[in-house]
Amino acid sequence: MPAKGASVPTETLEQQRRTSGPSRGDSAIEVRGAGKSFARRDDALQVLSGLNLSVERGEVLAVVGPSGCGKSTLLELICGLQEPTAGDIRVGNGSGSLDRLASCALMFQRDLLFPWRSALDNAALPLQMLGASRNRARAGALPLLERFGLAGFADARPYELSGGMRQRVAFVRTLLTGKPVLLLDEPFGSLDTITRAEMQEWLARALGGQSRTVVLVTHDVEEALFLADRVAILSARPGTVRAQLDVPSPRRLPRASSVTSADFVAMRQQALEALS
Amino acid sequence: MSGDRRRAASWLPPAALLVAALIAWETLARLGRIEDYLLPAPTEVARSLVDDRELLFADAWVTAKEVLLGFGIALLAGLAIAVALHLSQALRRSVYPLVVASQAIPVIVLAPILVIWFGFGVGPKLIVIALVCFFPIVVNTLDGLGSVDRAQIDMMSTLGASRRQTLWRLELPRSLPFVFSGAKIAVAVAVIGAVFGELVGSDAGLGHAIQVGTAQLVTARVFAAVTLLSMMAIALFAAVAALERWTVPWSGKEES
Repeated sequence: MPAKGASVPTETLEQQRRTSGPSRGDSAIEVRGAGKSFARRDDALQVLSGLNLSVERGEVLAVVGPSGCGKSTLLELICGLQEPTAGDIRVGNGSGSLDRLASCALMFQRDLLFPWRSALDNAALPLQMLGASRNRARAGALPLLERFGLAGFADARPYELSGGMRQRVAFVRTLLTGKPVLLLDEPFGSLDTITRAEMQEWLARALGGQSRTVVLVTHDVEEALFLADRVAILSARPGTVRAQLDVPSPRRLPRASSVTSADFVAMRQQALEALS
Repeated sequence: MSGDRRRAASWLPPAALLVAALIAWETLARLGRIEDYLLPAPTEVARSLVDDRELLFADAWVTAKEVLLGFGIALLAGLAIAVALHLSQALRRSVYPLVVASQAIPVIVLAPILVIWFGFGVGPKLIVIALVCFFPIVVNTLDGLGSVDRAQIDMMSTLGASRRQTLWRLELPRSLPFVFSGAKIAVAVAVIGAVFGELVGSDAGLGHAIQVGTAQLVTARVFAAVTLLSMMAIALFAAVAALERWTVPWSGKEES
């Protein structure tokens, strides 16, 4: 059933692009004055402070920022794995951590595939969590694995796959949760440059083919501008939104010509200035 | 093929050392004219293994059954206790120290008391074996359950997993290599536990054979019984190790 969402055309995504400004009522994610501090031995580490962000339904938002600025913490707050120490966060219609957990699927920096399961069984895990039998879960996951170029690797163990393949299996696992919000935490952070570029093209196509709200955290400005409808730039710790950039033509393939176009280079310059 | 060669290479040094030791022992026993009841030559032990085979193999079979049953009880009880301790912090705080304390009771003190309580049957032996076996299983399994990557547990929550699903789909499979480590230690000490149990009071088993042989100064038969005991321990250990390779082929193959 979650795979059904994949047939929504890209145009719908484009029409729903927001213009920056105050949030409207139909936003998928609303972060208001969120702060997070972690207690340490004799003081507290303030990771995020007074952070405001709203994400439209169906929008792809990229969050970039210097390392240690709390990007990953922001995703953990949104999906309800952690509670903010200040402000509030709403996802869909729910503000409680369990409501947020029910609406968000999080793809972690590491693929976290289980080595005792095959690629297919790893991808099918969320369907099993929803109560499907192993066979039904496998049948439900197989079409997505095939669509993402892993048809011949369904029975391979994770340690037999390349880094890019493992990330794709992890992505399918995230999609199959069927949740309306996808949170991607540096999904390609551990890959080499060439694989990374390939995976960005691949993700651009994958995101174009579905209608879910996506928040993508990355430290790579180019990746953010290529994949997202809008880029939010965080300050150094304690992280807060410093600037937001609308991307006029997101996910324009092929990537190589896209990222070298004059307007892309100008935007990258703008983003890098905002970052520094 | 290279795997076979590597396996052969790993067997060769200990085998060569063993043969050398046996030759030295044989020479010493023969040239030194040491009395057979003090130090029987390896050939004497081998002769006893052949001549007394019916007696010894019957005893070995009794001991093997005790070891397997006692180990099985310890494995089931150990896994259940480890999971219970893992799931409940209150239990862990209250019971875990007692589990550790149970290992401080010398088996040699406990065994006669068990005989007084339960008689000369198989019961006391199984209790002694299970008691020495369950500790490494509990400790290793509990360590395994506690060592699961926090991010993987978080991921299970984002997939909507219940506590029970996280236990079955993540924590228990992840702990299997630890369970096997505990089980390998446990089978090795299980044999010792069985002999302790039999020494105190029994009419069969290799422990009984050792006791009778010692009393009658048939030292070659005592050595033969000990040889069978070591072979049993090695066979059990190899069986658990083989089961581990078959069950946990992924162990050690992960990149972190």
